[in-house]
Amino acid sequence: MKMECVFGFVGNGFAVVAADTSAVHSILVHKSNEDKIMVLDSHKLIAASGESGDRVQFTEYIQKNVALYQFRNGIPLTTAAAANFTRGELATALRKNPYFVNILLAGYDKETGPSLYYIDYIATLHKVDKGAFGYGSYFSLSMMDRHYHSGMTVEEAIDLVDKCIMEIRSRLVVAPPNFVIKIVDKDGARQYAWRESVKDAAVASA
Amino acid sequence: MARYDRAITVFSPDGHLFQVEYALEAVRKGNAAVGVRGTDIVVLGVEKKSTAKLQDSRSVKKIVNLDNHIALACAGLKADARVLINRARIECQSHRLTVEDPVTVEYITRYIAGLQQKYTQSGGVRPFGLSTLIVGFDPYSGVPSLYQTDPSGTFSAWKANATGRNSNSIREFLEKNYKETSGQETIKLAIRALLEVVESGGKHIEVAVMTKEHGLRQLEEAEIDAIAAEIEAEKEAAEAAKKAPPKEK
Repeated sequence: MKMECVFGFVGNGFAVVAADTSAVHSILVHKSNEDKIMVLDSHKLIAASGESGDRVQFTEYIQKNVALYQFRNGIPLTTAAAANFTRGELATALRKNPYFVNILLAGYDKETGPSLYYIDYIATLHKVDKGAFGYGSYFSLSMMDRHYHSGMTVEEAIDLVDKCIMEIRSRLVVAPPNFVIKIVDKDGARQYAWRESVKDAAVASA
Repeated sequence: MARYDRAITVFSPDGHLFQVEYALEAVRKGNAAVGVRGTDIVVLGVEKKSTAKLQDSRSVKKIVNLDNHIALACAGLKADARVLINRARIECQSHRLTVEDPVTVEYITRYIAGLQQKYTQSGGVRPFGLSTLIVGFDPYSGVPSLYQTDPSGTFSAWKANATGRNSNSIREFLEKNYKETSGQETIKLAIRALLEVVESGGKHIEVAVMTKEHGLRQLEEAEIDAIAAEIEAEKEAAEAAKKAPPKEK
């Protein structure tokens, strides 16, 4: 679980998150193109790492509840509201049957712009400019501390993301080979790019 | 007879469930609602009883989304509608969560009807006092559907239907004038049907259309007025043509 790398930060009018794409069980790599960044709604992304069953179950649950809110109330949740809701669900389950999921929630609101929330598996919630989870965080946080400044452009941001990926690849002993990068801005949440050093054979999509 | 309408669980000697029939009465008193199915579009129209001057009309939405591809209009007790709509919206998301597929129109109709039926067979509760018109597109085949449910819990699919006030007259009109239409023609048919019993103009009817690509769209007052005017003009032209001398082909 700590081998999973998730990191992200806020730029000028956008937020970017990157996650590794390997699904690992003990010494076996199930697949290396597992998308761990879910599109929560039109303008939100959840990058999640941790126990894979919990990760899928929990993020899908949050996604459907966010959708339900929108149908009931006619307007979408703000990023802050979604983050607090997510944290609340983790907190409620914590002392009964906890979810082992770490989350970076990135979103864009028309009124307040881009934002990033750090939510760990024991229901810590922080609004941050940059965040990371896993062993990879030792490297990506250091790189971001060195190179990040507020108001970066998309090009500068992707450059920093690539720097972090390079660092993880070269310095982490069991570094994941592939990463996916997603971005959210005023035009919505979408996939930006993949960074692959090992290509899976083509898999029929579900 | 009076003894058999107190508790819902009791049949009358001649096989009636009076509470259900009274609920249908409540529906008959509700505002008119009409639904028409086209080849690539479904249209819902609802009568808008004059809104109070001080009321914010935006807070009174009569045609609602259950999911991205399903919409509902109803006639009857609006408070009961809120409860049913809420349960249906939860079911739509719950279905997506458990089977990773959006609901089909038939599934959610069956669910709503099932809910309405439950309340005709329990102690101490009364039936929901509303009939619903449910429209939508099958998430994979893209086929449009229109369904109707009523307080007894029965449901069926329709090409076009009406419920609420004067629904019989509207249904008669639809039976006479229905044909397979698409796009604007379907919208016009729905509005024509509604205008049979409702005062003309965008102020008195609420119309929403659903397409596969764009989901549910509420028509603006101005749009409805324009179509109503078109319908008026066509009616007058038809009248004039009838009155004109027969050799004018």
